[in-house]
Formats: sequence, structure tokens, C-alpha cells
Amino acid sequence: MENHFADMTLTRLFGEHPHAREFFLAIGLSELPEELPLAAAVAALDEELLLDVGVERQDLLRQFCDYMAGMEQLRNQQQAMVASVTVLGGHDKSGNPENFRLELRPGEVTCIVGPTGSGKSRFLADIEWLAQGDSPTGRTVLINGAAPDLARRYAVEQKLVAQLSQNMNFVMDLSAEEFIRLHAESRMVADPAAITATILELANSLAGEQFTPVTPVTALSGGQSRALMIADVACLSSSPIVLIDEIENAGIDRKRALSLLADQDKIVLMATHDPILALMGQQRLIFKNGGVAAIRSTSPAERANLTLFEEMDARLTAVRHALRNGEEIAGGF
Amino acid sequence: MRLITVAGPPSSGKTAIICKTVEALQAVGTSVGVIKFDCLSSGDQVTYERRGIPARTGLSGNLCPDHFYVSNIEECLDWGLQSGFDLLISESAGLCNRCAPHIKDICAVCVIDNLSGVETPRKIGPMLKMADIVVITKGDIVSQAEREVFVHRIRQVNSSAIIIHVNGLTGQGGHELGRLLKDAATVETLQGKLLRFSMPAALCSYCLGQRRIGADFQMGNVKKMELG
Repeated sequence: MENHFADMTLTRLFGEHPHAREFFLAIGLSELPEELPLAAAVAALDEELLLDVGVERQDLLRQFCDYMAGMEQLRNQQQAMVASVTVLGGHDKSGNPENFRLELRPGEVTCIVGPTGSGKSRFLADIEWLAQGDSPTGRTVLINGAAPDLARRYAVEQKLVAQLSQNMNFVMDLSAEEFIRLHAESRMVADPAAITATILELANSLAGEQFTPVTPVTALSGGQSRALMIADVACLSSSPIVLIDEIENAGIDRKRALSLLADQDKIVLMATHDPILALMGQQRLIFKNGGVAAIRSTSPAERANLTLFEEMDARLTAVRHALRNGEEIAGGF
Repeated sequence: MRLITVAGPPSSGKTAIICKTVEALQAVGTSVGVIKFDCLSSGDQVTYERRGIPARTGLSGNLCPDHFYVSNIEECLDWGLQSGFDLLISESAGLCNRCAPHIKDICAVCVIDNLSGVETPRKIGPMLKMADIVVITKGDIVSQAEREVFVHRIRQVNSSAIIIHVNGLTGQGGHELGRLLKDAATVETLQGKLLRFSMPAALCSYCLGQRRIGADFQMGNVKKMELG
């Protein structure tokens, strides 16, 4: 591996692997003799410069090869298909056994309900940690029905859970298009421009008000931000599980947002106490005292109520529209 | 005893994640002490002691903080050994981003926060580049996309570290970080051990107290910018 790159001129190396240049830029080595082979270029680096940027010459080649291998792995990563995640119950805070076996499958939405401190976050942490009876809850997590490879625990590139919450904001000062493209490039996707266009289009189809590719992400409204985050997670995140902490009611088509994630074969876990969102799930987990107290499938009667609640919601939305337009709130809504 | 060096830019959440991680370690019967290195003042010893974590503070004051650290770490290790800890954590801020307290064969942790922006990994030297474990904090308030880009940018400058997210407020990830620290190498003495990278050269007239500006007053290790 090392020799393979060492004898290539930088011109050829950067031509064939554009991300190779990124490695040297990131370290702070921007002016390299590109006509030289990599090994010779590294050997020719000024000692003073290496001291300034803080790298050891003898480590540089190895680090570069590690980086290239990591990127190659990312590119080829057909994120080993997760067909199911199984959680076997442990115990609650008082040590009472939970006694459940829960299977989560791609395309399904599972809601999580319970008061603050009831153990919802720990449940998610157990899944991320691939708990094998060795977390504070004693739960066990299986992937595709079997005990997972524990090396995965600390493999950040293969994180199981992507998260979306109301507290999350964009902090990067970039346009929507530049932002998604940056994400696409870091994921090593084959055609960053195409996936960026798809994501912007999907986000706009979820958001009540349209935004353009040149809108700065920090200038997006709450609904637009959430729409962009959801479309981005659905299409670009490698994590098979998506955790959502509520989706605000304003400015986003929540039903379509959920079905977009489900269509991309995500396992969706949603912490919510919104009646409509909670009933949109196939099942819900009820948390108490640090444990899962019950698992409830959404019943036909609840589905009938969901239709009713959606009608009520549509009426309230109409009132909201009327308010925004300065109308009198009278008569039939 | 195991020794861990934890470093990271100011306000990246070092103290918070140490508190949460030690909480998880204490819960499984591991005894931990902390040495806090700071410059002018630090209230963190109180923060630690309030949580039942024995701590000592070193203030570098007028001296270069990392040079101060390396001149004192041996005695700190002795304090830890005498106190009978299973694990001793040294916490220091990398104030110029070019310093690193990391020592060869001693578990090295760098704490860096998502809010500091995606360019930050490129701005931090050996403290990040030579760490064994990189802890990312404040991930709960930025988007998933930014978290993933941030991880990628860290990977560019440190291809081999374990990268882990820890929430300093809720403690999520602290248990997992604790597991890693428990596997750190044990150490009985630091005599003769090597820093992972040299500390920034600092021997010019300003190191010695010069305050006046101008070429006539600059002596020793002076470097000039190229302004083109």
C-alpha cells in the first residue's frame, strides 16, 4: 500500500485522487513540489515547516496511507445492510426486569414516549453502544438477529444512529447548496452535484415556504431548516437508524417527512408527545423509571383517531393561514 | 496506575466530559483523581471536589502553560500514586493550538467541540493530530450533516484515533469513554518518557519580559511574516 503511493508523482496522485490533496491542505502543507514522487516530496519537506504544522516526517507517509485506506473504505462502504435491530430487555432503575424483545426494521416508525428522565436517551445510547448486557440497563442489542462485531462500537464512520432534534441548528456559514455538497463530498459519494440537487428538491417539497440553493443555511426558517436536515439525513447519512426528537408543527409536512425517511429504508425512532406524530408510528415504547414499561402497537381504533386528529389539525392550520392573511377569525373553519 | 492526558481548546467542554466520565467510572468502583492545569485562575478544583473527585490545580501564571505542565507532571503522577488512584487524569488547555501535553505510551485524549466550526480540526496541531482518542462535544446542537463533516475533517488530520461523541450536559457517551480509559496503559514513573511532539520554541526577548515593540528590541527566536 505504502509503496504504491510513494512512487507516484503528486501531480498524478492528486489527479487520480482529489481527496489526497485535501489531506495535505488539512495538515497545513499547501505548497508541495508536485512534480516529485510522494516519498521524495515528503523527504524534501523543510524541517522548520514540519515543526510549525506539528507533524513528524516519519509518520507522514503512514498517516497518509491510513487516510487513503479510510476514504477508500468509505467509498466502497455498502453500509453492511441492517435488516433488523433487536433489543432484549434489561432492567429499570430499581432493578425490575423489563421482559421484552423488540424488533426494529427498516421503513418502520417507532415512537418513544415518557416523562423527562424516564430513560429515553439511555435506550438510544444502548442501541448506539450495541449493549451486550454491559450497559447500566443490562440490555442486549442484536444486529440482523445476531450479536454484532464489537469493533463497531468505536467505529465512528459506521455510527448506527443519526439524530435530528429541535435543538439542532446550522452553524456553518454556507449556502444550502454549498452545505449539502460539502456533506456529500465528505461521504465520498460518486456524484455530489446530483445528490445535492435531489436533497434540495426534497427539502423544498417538505418545507411550506420555498428556499433557493443560494439561501444561506443560517437564514433558513425553522421549518426549512428541519426540512433540509431531514432530506439530508434520509439521502446522505450512512446511519441506518434515525432518531427524531419531535418535529415542530409549523412550516413542514410531517407526514411526508416521515415517509421520506421510511422510503429510504431508515429505522425511524421518534421521541414525541404530539398526538398526530405518535399515532403515525407503527408502535410506541412507553418509558418509566429508566425502563420500557410497555410496548403498544398502534391499534385500528387509534388509527381512526389519527384521521380525526388530522382533520382537527387541518382546521387549526386553516385558522393559522387566515391569521397570517389578516382575516377575521369568524365563521366555519 | 493509569495516566490519561486530556487536552483541548478553552471552553470545549473538557471539565464537563471528565466529570461525566469519572461519574461512570466511580459507579463501577474505579477511583480517579484529576490534575487541572490552567493559566490565571480556575474554579474547576471545586467543581471536581463537589462531585467527590479528588483534584489538584496548577496555575502557570507568568509561564508558558505547557512548559509548566511538563515540568510538573512527574510530581503529579507521584501524587496520584501516593493517593492510590486507579486512574489519574491531567486536564490542560492547548492555548496556542500548537502545544500538546501528550506523552508517548500514555493515553492521549483531545476534546474538541462541534460549535467551533468545521475548520477547527485544521487549526489544531499535535494536540489533535497525535491523540489516541478524540472526544467531540456539543453535538446535540448542530445538524447531523455538520457532525458528519466534522468527523471527516478530524479524520483528515488524525487517521487512526478513536473518535467518540460525548455530551457534557447529559453525560451520554461518558460511560463509553470510561471503558476506553480503563484500558489505558499503566505507568509507574515518567522519568525519561518522551513528549509526543516538541513544544513550541519560545525563546525570544518577549519571553524574558520585553514589552517594547520594534526591531531593535527583538532578540532570539524571531520569525517574520511574509506579507507579499
